[in-house]
Amino acid sequence: MQAFEYSAPRTLDEAVRFLRRNGAGEPRVLAGGTDLIVQLREGRRQAALVVDIKHIPELMELRHDDRTTTIGAAVPCARIYGDAEMRRRFPALIESASLIGGIQIQSRASLGGNLCNASPAADSIPALIALCAVCGLSGPDGERSIPVERFCTGPGQNALRPGELLVRLVLPAPKAHSGAAFERFIPRNEMDIAVANAAAAVELSADGARFVSARVVVGACAPTPLLVHEAGEALTGQPVGEEAIMRAVEAVRAAVRPITDMRGSAAQRRHLAGVLARRVVERAVERARAAR
Amino acid sequence: MTKAHLRFELNGEPTELLCEPRQSLLEVLRDELGLTGTKEGCNNGNCGACNVLFNGALVNACCVLAVEADGGSVTTVEGIAEGERLHPLQRAFLEEAALQCGICTPGFIVAAKALLDSEPDADEARVRHWLAGNLCRCTGYDKIVRAVLAAEAEMR
Amino acid sequence: MVLEKERTYQVIGTRPVRPDGVDKVTGRAQYGADIRLPGMLFGKVLRSPHAHARVRRIDTSKALAHPDVRAVVTSADLPEPEDRVQELGEGAANLRELSSNVLAREKVLYRGHAVAAVAATNAHAAQEALALIEVEYEPLPAVLDVRDAMREDAPLLHENLRGKTPEGPRAAPSNIAAHTCFNFGDLEQGFAEADVVVEREFRTKMVHQGYIEPHASTALWNADGQLTVWTCTQGSFPVREQLAQVLGHPISRIKVVPTEIGGGFGGKIPVYLEPLAALLSRATGKPVKMQMDRAEVFEATGPTSGTWSKVKLGAKNDGTLVACEATLAYEAGAYPGSPVTAGAMTMIAPYRLEHVRIDAYDVVVNKPKVSAYRAPGAPAAAFAMEQVVDELAERLGIDPLRFRLENAAHEGSRTPWGAPHPRIGHEECLEAALSSAHYNAPLEGANRGRGVASGYWFNAGLRSSVTVTVMPDGTVSLIEGSTDIGGTRASLAMQLAETLGIAYEDVKPTVVDTDSVGYNDVTGGSRVTYGSGMAVYEAGRKLIDEIRTRLSKHWQRPVEEIAHADGRFRTADGQHDEPFKEVCRQLMTRGEGISASASVNARGGAGAFAVHIVDVEVDPETGKTTVLRYTAVQDAGKAVHPSYVEGQMQGGVVQGIGWALNEEYYYGDSGRMANASFLDYRMPTALDVPMIETIIVEVPSPTHPYGVRGVGEVPIVPPLAAIANAVYRATGVRQTELPMSPRRILETTLGVE
Repeated sequence: MQAFEYSAPRTLDEAVRFLRRNGAGEPRVLAGGTDLIVQLREGRRQAALVVDIKHIPELMELRHDDRTTTIGAAVPCARIYGDAEMRRRFPALIESASLIGGIQIQSRASLGGNLCNASPAADSIPALIALCAVCGLSGPDGERSIPVERFCTGPGQNALRPGELLVRLVLPAPKAHSGAAFERFIPRNEMDIAVANAAAAVELSADGARFVSARVVVGACAPTPLLVHEAGEALTGQPVGEEAIMRAVEAVRAAVRPITDMRGSAAQRRHLAGVLARRVVERAVERARAAR
Repeated sequence: MTKAHLRFELNGEPTELLCEPRQSLLEVLRDELGLTGTKEGCNNGNCGACNVLFNGALVNACCVLAVEADGGSVTTVEGIAEGERLHPLQRAFLEEAALQCGICTPGFIVAAKALLDSEPDADEARVRHWLAGNLCRCTGYDKIVRAVLAAEAEMR
Repeated sequence: MVLEKERTYQVIGTRPVRPDGVDKVTGRAQYGADIRLPGMLFGKVLRSPHAHARVRRIDTSKALAHPDVRAVVTSADLPEPEDRVQELGEGAANLRELSSNVLAREKVLYRGHAVAAVAATNAHAAQEALALIEVEYEPLPAVLDVRDAMREDAPLLHENLRGKTPEGPRAAPSNIAAHTCFNFGDLEQGFAEADVVVEREFRTKMVHQGYIEPHASTALWNADGQLTVWTCTQGSFPVREQLAQVLGHPISRIKVVPTEIGGGFGGKIPVYLEPLAALLSRATGKPVKMQMDRAEVFEATGPTSGTWSKVKLGAKNDGTLVACEATLAYEAGAYPGSPVTAGAMTMIAPYRLEHVRIDAYDVVVNKPKVSAYRAPGAPAAAFAMEQVVDELAERLGIDPLRFRLENAAHEGSRTPWGAPHPRIGHEECLEAALSSAHYNAPLEGANRGRGVASGYWFNAGLRSSVTVTVMPDGTVSLIEGSTDIGGTRASLAMQLAETLGIAYEDVKPTVVDTDSVGYNDVTGGSRVTYGSGMAVYEAGRKLIDEIRTRLSKHWQRPVEEIAHADGRFRTADGQHDEPFKEVCRQLMTRGEGISASASVNARGGAGAFAVHIVDVEVDPETGKTTVLRYTAVQDAGKAVHPSYVEGQMQGGVVQGIGWALNEEYYYGDSGRMANASFLDYRMPTALDVPMIETIIVEVPSPTHPYGVRGVGEVPIVPPLAAIANAVYRATGVRQTELPMSPRRILETTLGVE
């Protein structure tokens, strides 16, 4: 591994100052390290300075209020699924957090890190998009927000400007009669990168018979996780049933641009995108009907 | 390259050393501190042979920089037994013949201990799920799962 | 050798705790990478990025100038090796090719082929220094597929390779290193008698043994020319031999110390790092430690062959198999030597067949040179044969296990290698499978299927040496040289205890280095409990005779009047009757030590059969296969330590499951293995498999005093076919290519392509 310096700032301002540092080599943010340390070791990323953000309170907070849930960018998956209110509000995110790697990875890996790493197959991003999460960023020019669906700009690339840092993810508290689900397909039962994954969030009418709104997201089928607007539109206003769901599935299959690589073929991914989209929509509907 | 001064609790004992930021916790445990019980199998978080408890959580030591352990606590396989008294998991692994070559055994023992400490009633499915991050190539996992369940029964 | 059959054993068949167990559960046991010596340097290897290229020039000057680097070596530092074959114990090696594989000479033949090695004061610096070595390559076209490599216009790996054929060497050079033919009976007549004929083609991919411990070796080349190498190996004596040949150093000046080993399965028999560490130690005067990272293990050690095969099998309507015609082509990797002939032999060994012709081709390709992988050659051949057998049985409307029983080879049946089978247990295994709880439990539910398959593997004998010595307290030390990978310290100690009639706890086994015990062949070939067991038995009997001789003086009786039975020594007149331990304690106080040694070169054993049953469910939407239930039946002859026999069975099954469903070397066009990590080389986890039920059948082997048959390898032979047969019944589509990944199943069932 190349040599680098290490710093562990205690405040957000200090972190931003470190990240602005120019000179030979990039500063890189270290949260859980399960991506970065491996990438540095394999020479896939470079760093002259590693900035450990786990000692900054804003990055590590997890809190709920009536209208929102705030997840610090460095909060590990294990804390996500260990939080009773998270489990109650966002079962889809719990599904995501429980599937990234294994228990050992989940002790360290964070949703924020998974998002910033911007793999098209990332397991946290589809549910975050479906749930309308918003990224809170901080940088030399101050703070700004971006909806999660606009954060990934390409494979391994994100919308962070030089010196900027992802601080938090903010999710709206779930509405009544809403539900969400996440599912991924892997060849084994754990430890694999998704061949395809999908998340759906739906809001139903009070009698559970109609879709009021829906968001359907697929991953590992395009350069970034894909919010398939046409699929959501195919469901919105429609009676909950086979006809609407079939049209949503068709929309998903038409929207994806998958590749063939060592993890799967393009045809397989297109096929799976449809299978998973159906499964997550159906489960989201079940959850919406069961919710108060 | 300035070395970092690292102070942490290791298997209950205060420990300090100098290390480079690029050294992983795994490297420091094995190469600087001579605790070779924690193994390198893949060095990228996919096999669990390097499992340790870090601040109470089960982690892959290959994916933690040693400097991150400053001020924290680490438990390795060498810290599981109490002197001559083996932990019930260690005894169960021996009695159930849950090891063949034994290279993955330290990782499994640490991982299983983390499970039993947090979920003393885990069933077979939960045990398998928890241990999915620990690869074994010799046993086919059957006797490992039985050993963990046997230790769990004894600890109840 | 007297077969002590029909005895009630005191120790054999029990399940004691292994003597090295405490060290292994506490992390104290020393494996290859755990060796630490004062002043140690760290070595790393520079490897070819090209699958096929000429090496024009190597410039190591910049690497040598790095402040932390102490030495750099290339093939120029190795002597010119002899072009001869050395038996390594689980396959032979051509020493010239072995040397070139250790460090490439004029050509690199696979991506990952070692080109140079560096020693530095720390591993990070050694890694950095690799980038400073300049190598000028002239890339050549590469060939990665076994059938492509056989074509006349294929790029040649070895310009002078004129493959062996039954008619003599081939006239022109090619990538076909050997063509062997097994031929008996009259094929035309056989197929004429057949009422039903099935013919199918099959393909399997290169896979790796997947041991969790990467290779690691430490060498110290002393100023007096004594070379000591600590290494995780399956055979310290073959390593010593290979080092002597590759380094051109006298064998008497080489000591190999086997550390504990984190898995081998045949992949830790050839040397890779040992000669490099030795060269670097000689150049620096310091101990040098080297360990591979996981990518190097995949790319630069010895996986097993990808294969192509075609099998045609004919049977009569009454279920009798009559004729088999097959062609097998196996990848050898960069140098000749795939296990194709073993594949040919084992695929038909389970059956009585009158008319057979199998053409077996050993073919070089631009991939790492293959090494043995647990029953080398057999699983891929069984994948083909056992599916064709299954299809025939189905066409004839006969239960697949009964079909095999009708045609099973038994004692006296002709083997593919000519000699008749001795006493074997295929029929007994089939009967046990037929009456098993699993086979008699109905399988209900959609998308589910049950498959069965048989498998056979040999039982190597080879050489073992042990020394047994009585301790002052009457216990016995057992010095042996077989690396303990799966519990053989225990199984050998148990056999010695049984022979002497003493408690298992009174035997202390130790695995020692090559200076401290006589010659031992590898831990592999299913041979240690069997072959080293025979050495233990012999040494035990010699010790008993030695003690009787001493007692003759002590008790003042002729030797013939002193007998040993049930762990006691007695005189004929009954005046003296004392247990082993007590007798030894008394004799030891009189001064002279008591010890005995035995070296055996055991005849190969009778071989072992396995029959497996598996239930699967295949998700029709995703093509994913779940293994619901698995039962492995196997003939162990006599299970010395049943828990370890079960462990071998379960481990082999799960390797087979991984091989069947997900494992493969995935190559892009550049000859680069794209998935050289445990993330994408997908071995089963605990969550991917159920409990593996085991049924141990015991048909005592006629060649071992306790009836032991080797058990380590045959369990990996049936799973590929058993799972394929189950997937067929679950989906209606036969899978003729491995792995049967979800992608492949979607392609073949839904046409998703």
